Amino acid sequence: MNEALTLLSFGEHGWGDTIAIGALVTVSLALASLPFGLALGFLLALAKKSAEPSLKLAANIYTTIFRGLPELLTLFLVYFGVQIGFQKALKLIGIETYFEVNSFVAGMFALSFVFSSYASEAFLSAFRGIPQGQFEGGQALGLSRKQTMTFIILPQLVRLALPALGNLWLILLKETALVSTIGLADLMREAGIAARVTKEAFLFFGVACLIYLILAIISSTGLARLERWSKRGDTAR
Amino acid sequence: MTVVSSDTALPPPPPLPRRWTKARILGHVLMALWIVSGASLLFYLVTNINSPFVQKYWPDYVDGFLVTLQIVSVSLLIGALLSLPIAAARASRWKVLSAPAYAYVYFFRGTPLLAQTFLVYYGAGGFRTELEAIGLWTFFREAWYCVIFTFSLNTSAYQAEILRGAILNVPKGQWEGAAALGLSQPVTFFKVILPQALMVALRPYGNEIILMIKGSAIASIVTVFDLMGETRRAYSRTYDFQAYIWAAVIYLMMVETLRRVWDRLEMRLTRHLKR
Repeated sequence: MNEALTLLSFGEHGWGDTIAIGALVTVSLALASLPFGLALGFLLALAKKSAEPSLKLAANIYTTIFRGLPELLTLFLVYFGVQIGFQKALKLIGIETYFEVNSFVAGMFALSFVFSSYASEAFLSAFRGIPQGQFEGGQALGLSRKQTMTFIILPQLVRLALPALGNLWLILLKETALVSTIGLADLMREAGIAARVTKEAFLFFGVACLIYLILAIISSTGLARLERWSKRGDTAR
Repeated sequence: MTVVSSDTALPPPPPLPRRWTKARILGHVLMALWIVSGASLLFYLVTNINSPFVQKYWPDYVDGFLVTLQIVSVSLLIGALLSLPIAAARASRWKVLSAPAYAYVYFFRGTPLLAQTFLVYYGAGGFRTELEAIGLWTFFREAWYCVIFTFSLNTSAYQAEILRGAILNVPKGQWEGAAALGLSQPVTFFKVILPQALMVALRPYGNEIILMIKGSAIASIVTVFDLMGETRRAYSRTYDFQAYIWAAVIYLMMVETLRRVWDRLEMRLTRHLKR
């Protein structure tokens, strides 16, 4: 038991600080993928609910692809695909260099593609929960379409979409573990290195699991607060 | 009441010509992009169908595909069996049963599948002497068994939640009605409640199968040669990007086929509920 504590301590003899930094990388990767994923997901939902069939179809194809591919494969496609694509493009203009994609950036893009395809469905079902009268009411008040969207629809949309988006955030947090396979020094990879060096695999992977659990618990409490905040209008009635 | 004869009825006005709105232009541009990239992908695949890469690695891909199917089906089956007692414990009134079941479900749903797989596969090595003593070492030594073990436990947690949610979704009146008819509790559960619950659970079960197919790619990281494993091996030997493209096509077809079949199945099985 004492040995385990020494191994996990911070400082020279322990792996505590390495693992803490890894956890920080995990969280920042998830946080970095979130805004892009949310924005893209929202645009996709707008496309899917538009009356224009071609736009709807285009958005649906995107969703089908990124929901059907394993996340690991999406990650490899982005990571190696961009790498090879750039090398070929540079070769065309006569430069022969080795080009390596930053694994954080590749992971961020791959995760936000996947996240956006799921988020678009969450937004879409939230849109369906808003009565048509809300759009018409905005129009009747003389608001422009943009104003209706920002002042009337979006606040209600957030409330309706939050539970589903919260689940997607928890999934995103877990999916960041996959990025360790393309060399990002995240929680999973640091735990793996510690496990290999110290030969205490169960301890370190157990700790990694525990940290993921703690992150999930923190997120759930935060999300519950956010949901309460978004529903503050309901209680007044 | 006046009757309008058919020859005086006016034909419906011709539909208005659709204007080229911004949305319509954007939609057509995006569709054009999809069509061009789809066509070039198809062209790429067709020109490569007789390439040395495909000639050499196609059998490996078939093997990998079968391994993936095995992993998914075996794990799902074991998970389904395990999920019954877990769901029952989770719904139990006794804290002694429901608390551990809750912890189990929370652990497996709250941590990444990759971390769980590593915990079992690499972690088992630390308990070698203990495992040898009870004769389980041969089981945990093999990556294949570790993967099946982890995936089964993982999916059992998800399936237990699906099952519990579906059973709770059945109205209480069904229990009471069965009791009024003098049916015993087990009969009520298996003949009245469970069939209705499974009907509700069809869609989440379908999603779980798809999640499992996608999640099974993780097995490749612990040296199991499933479809993803064969893909990675082929890529590391040739550095030919088509390795990943073929895998993407196969995975997409697998998931899409399943989704469509499952939709059909659901439509057929729930047709008595449609109004």
